[in-house]
Amino acid sequence: MSRTATSAPNLPADPGFGVYVHWPFCLAKCPYCDFNSHVRYEKPDEARFTAAIAKELEHAAAITGPRTVNSVFFGGGTPSLMSAETVAKILQEIKRHWTPAPDMEVTLEANPTSVEAERFRGYRTAGVTRVSLGVQSLNNDALKFLGRLHTAEEALNAVDIARKNFERISFDLIYARPGQTPTAWREELSRALHEGMEHLSVYQLTIEPGTPFETLFRKGSLKILDDEQGRALWDVTQELCNAAGLPAYEISNHARPGAECRHNLVYWRYGEYVGAGPGAHGRLGTGDGRLATMTEKHPERWLARVEQDGHGLVVSDRLSRSEQADEYLLMGLRLREGIDLARYLKLAGEPLDPAQIYALQEHGLIESKGGVLRVTASGFPLLDSIVADLAA
Amino acid sequence: MTETPISNIRNFSIVAHIDHGKSTLADRIIQLTGGLEAREMKEQVLDSMDIERERGITIKAQTVRLKYKAKDGKDYVLNLIDTPGHVDFAYEVNRSLAACEGSLLVVDASQGVEAQTLANVYQALDNNHEIVPVLNKVDLPAAEPEKIKQQIEDVIGLDASDAILISAKTGQGVPDVLEAIVTKLPPPKGDANATLKALLIDSWYDSYLGVVVLFRVVDGVLKKGQRIRMMGTKAAYDVDRVGVFTPKRVEMEQIGPGEIGFLTAAIKEVADTRVGDTITDDRKPVNEPLSGFRPAIPVVFCGLFPIDANDFETLRAAMGKLRLNDASFSFEMETSAALGFGFRCGFLGLLHLEIIQERLEREFNLNLIATAPSVIYKMKLTNGEEIEIHNPVDMPEVTRIAEIKEPWIEATILTPDEYLGSVLKLCQDRRGVQKELTYVGSRAMVKYELPLNEVVFDFYDRLKSVSKGYASFDYHLTDFKEADLVKMQILVNGEPVDALAMLVHRTRAEGRGRAMVEKLKELIPPHMFQVPIQAAIGGKIIARETVRALRKDVTAKCYGGDATRKRKLLEKQKEGKKRMREFGKVEIPQEAFIAALKVDS
Repeated sequence: MSRTATSAPNLPADPGFGVYVHWPFCLAKCPYCDFNSHVRYEKPDEARFTAAIAKELEHAAAITGPRTVNSVFFGGGTPSLMSAETVAKILQEIKRHWTPAPDMEVTLEANPTSVEAERFRGYRTAGVTRVSLGVQSLNNDALKFLGRLHTAEEALNAVDIARKNFERISFDLIYARPGQTPTAWREELSRALHEGMEHLSVYQLTIEPGTPFETLFRKGSLKILDDEQGRALWDVTQELCNAAGLPAYEISNHARPGAECRHNLVYWRYGEYVGAGPGAHGRLGTGDGRLATMTEKHPERWLARVEQDGHGLVVSDRLSRSEQADEYLLMGLRLREGIDLARYLKLAGEPLDPAQIYALQEHGLIESKGGVLRVTASGFPLLDSIVADLAA
Repeated sequence: MTETPISNIRNFSIVAHIDHGKSTLADRIIQLTGGLEAREMKEQVLDSMDIERERGITIKAQTVRLKYKAKDGKDYVLNLIDTPGHVDFAYEVNRSLAACEGSLLVVDASQGVEAQTLANVYQALDNNHEIVPVLNKVDLPAAEPEKIKQQIEDVIGLDASDAILISAKTGQGVPDVLEAIVTKLPPPKGDANATLKALLIDSWYDSYLGVVVLFRVVDGVLKKGQRIRMMGTKAAYDVDRVGVFTPKRVEMEQIGPGEIGFLTAAIKEVADTRVGDTITDDRKPVNEPLSGFRPAIPVVFCGLFPIDANDFETLRAAMGKLRLNDASFSFEMETSAALGFGFRCGFLGLLHLEIIQERLEREFNLNLIATAPSVIYKMKLTNGEEIEIHNPVDMPEVTRIAEIKEPWIEATILTPDEYLGSVLKLCQDRRGVQKELTYVGSRAMVKYELPLNEVVFDFYDRLKSVSKGYASFDYHLTDFKEADLVKMQILVNGEPVDALAMLVHRTRAEGRGRAMVEKLKELIPPHMFQVPIQAAIGGKIIARETVRALRKDVTAKCYGGDATRKRKLLEKQKEGKKRMREFGKVEIPQEAFIAALKVDS
């Protein structure tokens, strides 16, 4: 089950193995965010949380056995609230359980504030090789609307500091905000690309359940763009990023070829990953099948569980073949490189419906050749419909 | 035989419009005569089906035999037949009325006479009934008994001067009704020594007793153990049980002339019994059957398909069970490219269709799609052959058709004056020909000849909507007339959708086609490509709309923690797609079929 070999020529032979560490705390909750993040008025006991994460890693290692780690990702929450010592300690634990690949990527998500930028050097010393900055916008009004605590100037300053410390940096932008025109987005994205990044994540704003934005949306006081307007902005994104040499390698991720985020590639290539920390998900290959895992989301309850049981797992489900096939399909087709049809067949036990493939190909939405199925540039903005058709 | 002399028997029914209080009055009468004790009473005692109680309608005829001591000191037997009141069941009503000598005409004292009341009271008069007018709901502030009395005289031509004023709800005046039944209605006539001759009023299937037959003895005596013959079906049976309903079932040895009762015999299904048939003695049958018998003929047809193809067998079994109790409902298997396997069904009318569909969905937990209702068309082909079709799919090539005839009805509509204009326009739009326009107080009564095909297509809904619910409507079939009909098809992404095909009058095709494609445009969600929707007659496109292509449908963020949620969402989508029907790669939600068939042009 583990380390699925692939036969398709242009796809990597090994989808990889990564470790995800979740730091669930934020200074403030952003109104659009449905991630597992929590605001604490008293500083959480970092040492206790670190020790618990270490325990969970040990528990996971017992399931996976010895492996080579391609990537580690500190996500959140706001992992840039962790001290550099905490990061170093966790990386040390990971290296104790598994073998780091020679080019192991270690990414940390950071807020682009001056306070956090001061910690960048320490993170680097701890072993972080890449930072992903939550810039979100280069427009101060938009930052306020999005509930961010930094200004555009502060963010660009943090980008500069990051660049001095890390070879590889990326930042996030959120677009398709209420009332945003293609012209305004073109101007903002041009400024972002002018920073000369090797990697950029650009997300269209979506209304997530349980968020303050959802409440406003339901009340009718927050209007989001319809599919026509969203598409116009999408087209601007593709045009500018392509021109800047940062084509989309995934729906919302753009990179100079070779600068893709290796950690996220593990997810999309449907590789294996360990999830540690509150609310972290994992996909683990075991002797008898693939496990989908999830830990307790609430930070203090998670802590109590780990301290008592040695792990915080609340879900540990063996995925059926068709569930794995569905996951491979919906994750894999997000990548420009596409999916390996032989691997899909092996998981699903039956091939995708040739009539569906034919029909989608006729409309120029996908292409299938050399055993690889991929979504075309015109298919990308319709990916969810395409996946639903293929899976049906 | 009953101990009561024939002169002390009264057989009566209640004629009323829906909601005018027929069932409540029946409940009161049963209570007053002690047919049931208070603890046994529930509302609408005689309506046993849930659907009858909910809709306030009666579908099957019921009978109840009541004992009543009148003011003259004598004991009377009162047989009440509760009849279905709707036009779809006009024939059943007629046969129930034929079993009685008189009727109570119940009219709401504030609403007045309605079209349906009119139709039924005329049927009662046709059956030589003595009629006692009863004004109900006189306790309500809006009651205008004097005005309504005048209306009854004007519209029906009945003397309503001594109409009984009652409130069935409170019981006020109900004893006077009982007394009037005895004093004003005639006793039945009949010869106990003559050969058995009885009218089959109705029948139903009972899971314990088998088929139960309700009958009225005209002459002779019907006895337990007797071998009887149904003159229409020519079948003979040995009678197992004879009895009456009080409304509880009470078995007896025999039933004499003028009386109403039930029998059971080894009758397999309700379809073996025909409403209006004559029951006689198998060994010495009468020569002439009772007049007025005619077999039930379905006039409205539609396809019923299970939404989940796996439910096909369940649907077949469910229809079989309903038919056990309803011989006027017919079905045969049908295959549709759009909807898969289903059944072509025949009904007495639109209400009958709705009731059957609702019962299938409710009692058997089925989800169904109904195709456009159709009527029977008589076609003469160029080779001289004559055929009848009721499914647009079966329509022969236009070049082979010499002549098409469609059924027409005569409709009676009563409406408050202020809506008359809209009602006339509706009838005119539906190719109606006005026959009569008179006034009944402040209300207009119009008679129209209309093609039935224009009526089955949401006419009743439209009538209710243009008159804010005030117009009432009734109809009966008249004859078949030649018609310039064309087969209109709906094409989705270039592919004809058989379930949406229909026969329409040439002058109405474009409007209907336009309305349908516009509705479908609203109901078919955008796909990844543009979807043309066309209405066509033969090769000619008469209306076209395009569903725009979907421009963006993609989840912005999807990382390791989202895989589970996204997979579950995908599973739901797959389930949803099962409820869609696919044509030319276009998924059509089932609501679209239903809504498209309901649009008005």
